[in-house]
Amino acid sequence: MATVRDGMPHFDLYQPDSVEDALALLDRLGRGAHMDDGTDGPLRAWVLAGGLDCLERFKDRIRRPSAVVDLARVGALRGVRREGDETVIGPMTTLAEVARHPDIRERFGLLAEAAAQVASPQIRNQGTLGGNLSQDARCWYYRGGWPCYRAGGNICYAAAPGAMNREHAVFGARRCVAVSPSDTAPALVALEARLVIRNAARTRMVAAEDYFLGPETDITRLTVLEPDDLLVEIRIPPTWAGTRFHFEKVRDRPVWDFALASIAAAMRQTGDRIDQARLVLGSVAARPWRLPQVEAALAGRPREEAADAADLAVRGAVPLAHNGYKVTLARNLARRAILGQPPGAPSLAMGASGLMGAPDPSPARQTGKEAS
Amino acid sequence: MCDHDAAMSRPAGMTRRQFIRSVIATGVVSFSVPLLPARGGAAARTAPGTVERLVTLTVNGMRRRVDVLPNETLAQTLRGKLGLTGVKVGCDRAECGACTVLVDDVPVYSCSTLTHSVLGKAILTVEGLASPGGELHPLQQGVLDEQGFQCGYCAPGFLMTALGYLKTNPDPTRQQLAHGVSGNLCRCQDYDKILTGLLRGAEYMRRG
Ligand SMILES: Cc1cc2nc3c(=O)[nH]c(=O)nc-3n(C[C@H](O)[C@H](O)[C@H](O)COP(=O)(O)OP(=O)(O)OC[C@H]3O[C@@H](n4cnc5c(N)ncnc54)[C@H](O)[C@@H]3O)c2cc1C
Ligand code: SF4
Repeated sequence: MATVRDGMPHFDLYQPDSVEDALALLDRLGRGAHMDDGTDGPLRAWVLAGGLDCLERFKDRIRRPSAVVDLARVGALRGVRREGDETVIGPMTTLAEVARHPDIRERFGLLAEAAAQVASPQIRNQGTLGGNLSQDARCWYYRGGWPCYRAGGNICYAAAPGAMNREHAVFGARRCVAVSPSDTAPALVALEARLVIRNAARTRMVAAEDYFLGPETDITRLTVLEPDDLLVEIRIPPTWAGTRFHFEKVRDRPVWDFALASIAAAMRQTGDRIDQARLVLGSVAARPWRLPQVEAALAGRPREEAADAADLAVRGAVPLAHNGYKVTLARNLARRAILGQPPGAPSLAMGASGLMGAPDPSPARQTGKEAS
Repeated sequence: MCDHDAAMSRPAGMTRRQFIRSVIATGVVSFSVPLLPARGGAAARTAPGTVERLVTLTVNGMRRRVDVLPNETLAQTLRGKLGLTGVKVGCDRAECGACTVLVDDVPVYSCSTLTHSVLGKAILTVEGLASPGGELHPLQQGVLDEQGFQCGYCAPGFLMTALGYLKTNPDPTRQQLAHGVSGNLCRCQDYDKILTGLLRGAEYMRRG
């Protein structure tokens, strides 16, 4: 339960209107300076997109940057365009815009569906795709300011005896058992998207799969972003355009709640035979959790006969005291994805038919997919 | 459009009490030192894009001059500085919807928006719905006619979200509208009547 306080502590606010200015600011402010509370920190400036992950942490004094670089005016970071046969999305494009964009819906309905299921309409109207991909862990011990491994300490409260860990990881945990909270991350990994990252000195491009970090690589962050880095483009190649997609998110309430588990799958088929597939689970590990064993087992098989491949999805799962259900859930999600079955539980956002591949029945909508 | 320069002088038509309230709220009294050099201070910084504190917001069709801190949310500005207390702060964490306002016709949670991020955009709060003569907006009339709300604390947020949604889909089914306003909570659990009221309001809006 959040505490309502008087407001956020002071920070200097910068509102650059170009990527170059933003990078110059981050270069100047981003490293080696002092935190507002007088401690030395690697981080002084903080990148602000829609603010839905950041602001509550400023309010709770969990993060106290002394400078905030707001990207709201950097028009170049917003919007969706085609470059050759790639779809290029600016990170400041809102989730609602992603969910309703005709090109994304037609070619990459998987991403549109994932974006349409994030949080609530207002959050989708303001939260950005870049922010959704780059958001931090939602483990409540960590968010509550407990000095755990992820916060630089030497204990994991969520894995301790008596801990509340119903929402935590069943795969790939090492010391920290927090999960990746992003709904759009598994979709972009399935679609083999590439992310362009810039700082003042260089530009690099990473596969979506490599953007996200597990605790074995770095226990204190979920992505490869450095403090002076900006995510500047999300590029989706034509590889999986228009193939069979399946997205399902399971959560306690159909609005607001993060996924307990989700699956994003892309399958190329000849008739009923699966030629090639990518399956990625969300919210079961610190990063989107690809299922290469399942993908290999599916190749070349008719999908009706391939459902048992779902059992491979959960090999090596290590449940905690309260999240054993995620193992069963993950297997069932993989199974339904292979068979193309509708979601197991009714979802307010999807309605009976889901939106994938369906043409937009009405003019532009800011709240994404409607129930049908 | 009219200009209110709340921080600098008492505008015509404003009572002394209103003026003092706005002066206290804008910080002239309690923060007189930081306020006055705000412009010079901002200009003195060399980094591109550093914000100024004295800004103009477009709220409910009026241009309002107001002193906005860099770390201030839109809900704080609207309620505390412009007196628009129809903007409710339920959770202050993007989890209830009571603070919803329209920014360029799009519903957002004002508790989780920095005021500086929406400069230059048109902000609409529940206070801006009725006509200047006091005639209710058709959406308000709809919920009134259907006795839509019980305690009413969530009503401004619901009205603003519904209005934003209806601009994109003026004739929704009940289920579509339910999805449209699904980012708003009602602790009285009055959803059924709220939807009936909002649908009635939508019907009034279509009739013009
Ligand atoms: C009540 C609530 C419910 C939620 N439910 C869900 C849910 O169901 N599913 C889900 O996926 N998410 C959920 N979220 C999270 C929210 O949707 C995402 O946090 C949102 O998309 C973040 O986008 P933003 O633009 O607001 O990011 P911000 O908060 O502005 O930024 C998030 C992080 O990304 C960094 N960042 C943002 N853009 C860039 C960039 N271009 N370059 C470098 N760094 C950048 C910021 O520095 C920050 O660390 C929920 C949030 C709330 C408050
Ligand atoms: S799961 Fe990770 S974030 Fe949560 S308490 Fe353990 S170490 Fe911290």
